[in-house]
Amino acid sequence: MTEDHKGKESQSLECEGMECKEILEKLSEYIDGELDPQICKDLEKHMQDCHPCLLFIDSLKKTITLFKYTASEPLPQEVHLRLHDYLRKECKDC
Amino acid sequence: MDIQDQTLIDKINGGDFQAFEALVNRYEGKVYRLATRMLRNQQDAEDALQETFLQVYRGLKSFEGRSNFSTWLFRLATNVCLMKIRHRGTEPSGMLPWEDYLPQHEDGEHPVIQEWPEKPEEILLSKESREKMMEALEKLPPEYRAVFILRDIEGFSNSEAGETLGISVAAVKSRLHRARLVLRGMLAEYFEKGKDAGPTLVEN
Repeated sequence: MTEDHKGKESQSLECEGMECKEILEKLSEYIDGELDPQICKDLEKHMQDCHPCLLFIDSLKKTITLFKYTASEPLPQEVHLRLHDYLRKECKDC
Repeated sequence: MDIQDQTLIDKINGGDFQAFEALVNRYEGKVYRLATRMLRNQQDAEDALQETFLQVYRGLKSFEGRSNFSTWLFRLATNVCLMKIRHRGTEPSGMLPWEDYLPQHEDGEHPVIQEWPEKPEEILLSKESREKMMEALEKLPPEYRAVFILRDIEGFSNSEAGETLGISVAAVKSRLHRARLVLRGMLAEYFEKGKDAGPTLVEN
């Protein structure tokens, strides 16, 4: 961490308003757009002055994005074929 | 309910097996994805996929359409996966030590948070990175894993995920938040190691 960052962060520790811990508790609701507008405003104000919280929320958003990308994996063709074979056979007896 | 689903279900209940195959085609990819992420074993996931759709076929006549077909389907699929996990008996317990993954404030100092790569999708080019992500997901207790998969991978709303899993919206939100924090923490450990080791994160 640079000296600049250290200075900025010690300053934010003393700033009034939301504490980092409160921010952490509300980050998911913030990301999902479910936070009360006033709390949202307070949270954004805190993040303007708090570099670690800003980095933390950025990395949390990226975590979600990364897992979302994995949703595009297609079903392997052989799994599809085996499933349909299985169902044709098993459902006959239903 | 989705009109296409309803049309297919009506045909299936009239004895049209091709309509059932069309319904399976619509959802098989999503169910398989859920199963591979829940079970992290391709054979178990394939078994769960087959079991789920067999249960669908058997249960369709009694499906009353009170919930969406997809909600009902995913409830069946999740239960099949949870049952397999229970049989294994080797999964993490229901407690999630999520606080261990929060930044620690010591002596009034802010923790050092590393900046993540600008384009996280580049990370996915690496097979190792994908493996780490799946490992991290596997470390979540199943009930947290299911919420995270439905909400953040499959794009369910809080209420859809709650209905699917039979839990309240408040419980969905709480589990989702904790699951996200833990996964972030696990990936952060990996990224920090990756930074030390150079640009291996984006290599195959």
